[in-house]
Amino acid sequence: MDVVTGNRTKLAPQATPETQPFWDACRDGVLMLQWCRRCSTAFFPPSLYCPRCVSDDGEWRVASGRGRLHTYVIAHRAAPGFEAEVPYAIAIVELDEGPRMMSNIVGIPNTPDHLVLDMELRVAFESRGDGVQVPVFGPGDR
Amino acid sequence: MSRRSGAAIIGAAETTELGRIPHMSELSLHLDAARNAIADCGIDVSDIDGVAGVGRYPSLVAQQLGLTPTYVDGTSVGGCSFLVHVRHAMAAIASGLASMVLVTHGESGRSRVGVSGFRGAGSSPALQFEAPYGVNGPPTMFPIGVVRYMKEFGLTHEQLASVPVVQRQWAARNPRAMKREPITVEDVLASDLIAYPMHLLECCLVTDGGGALLVTSADRAGDMDLPHPAVYVAGAGEAVGPAMISQMDDFTTSAAFRASGRGAFAQAEIGPGDVDHLMVYDAFAHLPIYGLEDLGFVSRGEAGPFIADGNTAPGGRLPMNTNGGGLAYTHTGMYGMFAIQESVRQLRGTAPAQVPDVEVSVTHGVGGMFAAAATLVLTNHVLS
Repeated sequence: MDVVTGNRTKLAPQATPETQPFWDACRDGVLMLQWCRRCSTAFFPPSLYCPRCVSDDGEWRVASGRGRLHTYVIAHRAAPGFEAEVPYAIAIVELDEGPRMMSNIVGIPNTPDHLVLDMELRVAFESRGDGVQVPVFGPGDR
Repeated sequence: MSRRSGAAIIGAAETTELGRIPHMSELSLHLDAARNAIADCGIDVSDIDGVAGVGRYPSLVAQQLGLTPTYVDGTSVGGCSFLVHVRHAMAAIASGLASMVLVTHGESGRSRVGVSGFRGAGSSPALQFEAPYGVNGPPTMFPIGVVRYMKEFGLTHEQLASVPVVQRQWAARNPRAMKREPITVEDVLASDLIAYPMHLLECCLVTDGGGALLVTSADRAGDMDLPHPAVYVAGAGEAVGPAMISQMDDFTTSAAFRASGRGAFAQAEIGPGDVDHLMVYDAFAHLPIYGLEDLGFVSRGEAGPFIADGNTAPGGRLPMNTNGGGLAYTHTGMYGMFAIQESVRQLRGTAPAQVPDVEVSVTHGVGGMFAAAATLVLTNHVLS
């Protein structure tokens, strides 16, 4: 079930068998990444096979939850459920382990002045109802 | 033997109307464009033995034209699909799989009449890992690399805003363009922010329309008594990149653009310096900047100043997006067909904003959000 914000809802992700471990960990407030044991690379989004060497010898590991703000836009027209937050940033976060993921930025004003590229970020989780949580990122010091 | 393709575009036309066409379904837009393209070159419908278009449209078009074609291409990679269709038609013609391929586009992007529904809930990777973050259509995703580009190369908001300003200068010369009033950099920067750093005037139009092409062999074109000179496909390239924009390896350049451009120029055996006229798919103002650099017309970081200084404007040394582009001419959703049409007009000498002495025109398209690219090198004579 999606989170109700006003009379509209933010989209909650629907897992597939391959991505279920990722979303299960998010329910527990843990960011997990897959790690290829053959080529020693972390990868994302979840897949049965390593996108670098196509090995199926991957394992799930707890990620550092740390990353940097790589790039972003600031949406001025809200997607369903985001009406109260507009304007809000849609960001690309580069995780310390290497993969990049799309996310939202919390804990700071979503303005060009505050969204400094390469700033340090740390993962947090936002509820989407029914126990579903999605990873978002706030400022984080080392 | 030359590696050049040996294919020629002999028929090219857009829908009779363009912009707001609420009285026609998407399929009718395909058929209107097809009829116009057939009339444009004077062939008989029964000459067509191949059809190409996005998704299931080729078979619908064949049904409505009473044909049973023996070549079909339903490649659907977004707005550059039609450039890909031309490239595939070139290969099919060269290998004898087809001799006369009809490529059609029709899209009721604005009026949404007779459109096929495919949007909605699901669990694709993009719906799991991008959509939950408040993405609201291409404006909130496609320009996501622009602030990174600004930081790395010093592109200014004013330079970015000069892209739609210059294209309005072209559109002002084109009676079929939807937006013809001149605008200034100040106008662009004063227009509503849609998704920072992009303002409304830096985003494409949403329109209804279509276009069609007839592709045959250069040899056959030479034997025909055509009302317009044939346009030769001297080279073509295509590439697919990450399907999800969040997975781009570098947000300031498109690997698919570079690969597609390299392929097209290599086949044509020419370089960017030989090009008289350029079309770069402009769903948003940053795309011509990425395109100019990734195709090798300018070096990295130079495209913003290059456009702002007037090099692509009327009278400039590299006329670009001379119909006004997706920003000012029309943008049905998959604009690539209209970019090809303008290249053909410029090579025929029939463009509303005709550039003098165009012999080599390059059309470059994007599909999805840097998820695909295709490039055509078109000429009005067989390159020697």
